[in-house]
Amino acid sequence: MKQSFYERIGESVHRETLPNGLQVCVVPKPGFAKKYAFFATRYGGMDIRFQLDGKWLDTPAGIAHYLEHKMFDTREGNALQELAKNGAEPNAFTSNAMTGYYFDSTDHFEENLRILLSFVSIPWFTEESVAKEQGIIGQEIRMIEDNPDWQIYNRMMQSLYRTHAARTSIAGTVESISHITAETLYQCHKAFYTPANMILTVVGDVDPIHVADIARRVLPKVSGPAIPRDYGDEPEAVAAGETRMEMEVSCPQFLTGFKCRPAADGEDYLRLAVVGDMACDVLLGDSSPLYLRLYDQGLINTSFGGSFEMMPGVAYLYAGGDCKDPRLVQEEILKEADRLVREGISEDFYQQVRRAAFGANLRGLNSFENIAVSLTEGYFHGYDPFRFPQVFESVTKEDVTSFLRENIRRERMTLSEIVPKA
Amino acid sequence: MNVTRTELAEGVYLTYLPARKFKTSLLSAQFVTPLRQETAAAYALLPAVLRRGTVSCPDMGSLSARLDKLYGARIDYTIRKKGENQCVGFVASLIDDSYAPVGEKLLEPVAALLGELICDPATERGRFVPAYFDSEKTNLIDAIRSLINDKRDYADARLLREMCAGEPYGVPRLGDEAGVEKVQLQKLFSQYKDLIASARLELFYCGSARQERVERALQAAFATLPRKTVRDIALVREHPAREEVLRITDEMDVTQGKLGMGFSCGSSDTAALLMGNTLFGGSSNSKLFLNVREKLSLCYYASSLYHRQKGIITVSSGIEFADYQRAYDEILAQLAAVRNGDLEDWELDGARSTLLNAYASMGDSQGKLENFYLGQAATGQSESPEELAEQVRNVTAERIFAAMETVKLDTVYFLQGKEAAE
Repeated sequence: MKQSFYERIGESVHRETLPNGLQVCVVPKPGFAKKYAFFATRYGGMDIRFQLDGKWLDTPAGIAHYLEHKMFDTREGNALQELAKNGAEPNAFTSNAMTGYYFDSTDHFEENLRILLSFVSIPWFTEESVAKEQGIIGQEIRMIEDNPDWQIYNRMMQSLYRTHAARTSIAGTVESISHITAETLYQCHKAFYTPANMILTVVGDVDPIHVADIARRVLPKVSGPAIPRDYGDEPEAVAAGETRMEMEVSCPQFLTGFKCRPAADGEDYLRLAVVGDMACDVLLGDSSPLYLRLYDQGLINTSFGGSFEMMPGVAYLYAGGDCKDPRLVQEEILKEADRLVREGISEDFYQQVRRAAFGANLRGLNSFENIAVSLTEGYFHGYDPFRFPQVFESVTKEDVTSFLRENIRRERMTLSEIVPKA
Repeated sequence: MNVTRTELAEGVYLTYLPARKFKTSLLSAQFVTPLRQETAAAYALLPAVLRRGTVSCPDMGSLSARLDKLYGARIDYTIRKKGENQCVGFVASLIDDSYAPVGEKLLEPVAALLGELICDPATERGRFVPAYFDSEKTNLIDAIRSLINDKRDYADARLLREMCAGEPYGVPRLGDEAGVEKVQLQKLFSQYKDLIASARLELFYCGSARQERVERALQAAFATLPRKTVRDIALVREHPAREEVLRITDEMDVTQGKLGMGFSCGSSDTAALLMGNTLFGGSSNSKLFLNVREKLSLCYYASSLYHRQKGIITVSSGIEFADYQRAYDEILAQLAAVRNGDLEDWELDGARSTLLNAYASMGDSQGKLENFYLGQAATGQSESPEELAEQVRNVTAERIFAAMETVKLDTVYFLQGKEAAE
């Protein structure tokens, strides 16, 4: 395996691409009792239209998430229980662009790893078991529909994007999942759960060569073809300027989103992620002049925060929280971006924010899950996330102001609001 | 881990948790005081007001700038309930000295700032700055009101409040809205003076620095802490068993119902109850998960929690309104199954491994360590995670059945939709 040292953050990563195309990454963590394995496929909520065996397929919204639930079924029973018997804490999640299965355990790591690789690579569904899951996932969808944070975010995405599959809710709807059959699930598994479309990351005090050996032995020897996907032809303009919904909440909440120009895969992807994060901190982070002023005026409280997110073909900056006058806050954000572009960012403040961002990224390395997810995203998008200290150094104030100039604009903006029921 | 707890001053204790493997160090200062309806809101407000400014950093802007320059050190205020005590204070996280790019020492300046936040708040004419007081009062009221936004947390909190009405454990950690309304600027300042002089102060450090260095830094930081006679912490009060089950129903405009059930535990065999609860609903291998969710598809979540610091068990689930009776019956049937020893060997082994895994991996998270040892200190207990693991290892099936035999239904809470009630 190829080993890379990252001196400034005190980490090393062992990497290998197996003959079947699977990427294996191991991050040794001496001194930790916990061992964490993360097995992910580049397939998520947004991959609903794709080409299989020469034909374009349209699959129901929510199918990647549904598949995630059903993968735990095995011919012998259920992998969740197999892992839990060994004291492992297994789970899985589906995001827009990936599905990840993981466990952490202090004992029986190798056996648990074999179970993980095996159940994720061998599908086992029946019409009956697929039908039964409708009830569980139906309740999960009902639960998130009652959640204002989910509603406000989901509605923001639908206002930002007109056609791109990023606007599709990951879990789908009770209606869309009712069309899911065992046959479609098998097709999706065949298309996307193929070694060349996947990565295994292990974090913990383990022998890297041994991990790669287990993967070699358990997983299929050959991969299927790469699958073309269609995310839709997205225009630059937002789909809607605003959206509003009434719910049983205590006070009004809002998110304001800015549709940003996305980056291609490779080092540019990481660079845009860092520039976007820095822009977010400089514009409205909790030590920014804007945040301090709005907090002092009582327009925002500690619930206010912002973030910059990226997916294939998608990039957006968004911010929000509890607020009595979202429109005013939104105007203030636009004005502040305008001021920063006009006057420039003060050197002292920029250095201060950069130091803080370095600390925050370093702190993130305490979390095994965070390490595994960033290495996975890096692999899918062709960059090395552990090079963040170098990238932070190379990003200049001017990079940040041009980002603001290009993206924080009225025509790229949308407002999603939740207000208490009258 | 060689954990030590030493008394640094009258009623001031340092729990020192040496660890070199983290990217960061954790420093925490927590006042432990009996939880009371009359004072809960005032003490909850206090750390938020203190976090607004100190004599040397009189506003949020200067505080944020100072923390940013310390490589994004964080100092967050915390308000927690541990047994019948309220714990208020600050948790700081700073990057470990070995990652400071130019070899800066970060422990001393962060400890000093922590000390300032507690001992040297920004004041105006011998009381807190009125603008800070007013805005944090509004924020606290908003935070209390917003508990309703997450229906799962809301239902869990409502159950606890009804079940333990009249006991300190039934008082919410933030107090209630009426309590916050009553807090007065002048009075809060004397409550603050009283708290820092006479409440037990628990300090925690987890990181790579030597104990002498940590003690020196903290002695310096808290040199001006005015200590008087220190109040006792509140001891755990057993929840009095109810003659007749208390049943509460709320109606709200929601799509998913929430069923909560509270149980009193007559046994003081902690290890047996920990095991019994894990079997019942404490893991993805538990009776509740396997039956209420997987077998009957009645819900997305159904789990139970053993409140070790109080000696009660609570069940939380999200269901269709119409499934109320089926879910209720099934939850009780699963409790009976654990009680009657209707278990397979793997269930017992699995529950034991789940708990052992949790204790073994606690040392891998600074946050979990701090939270665990604070809980121990605030309830007058001293076992380490290793010792609790040893107790769990030695529990026999007979002890589990005997302990679960004393678990008795006490309170039922149901949050239902408006249509369902009509």
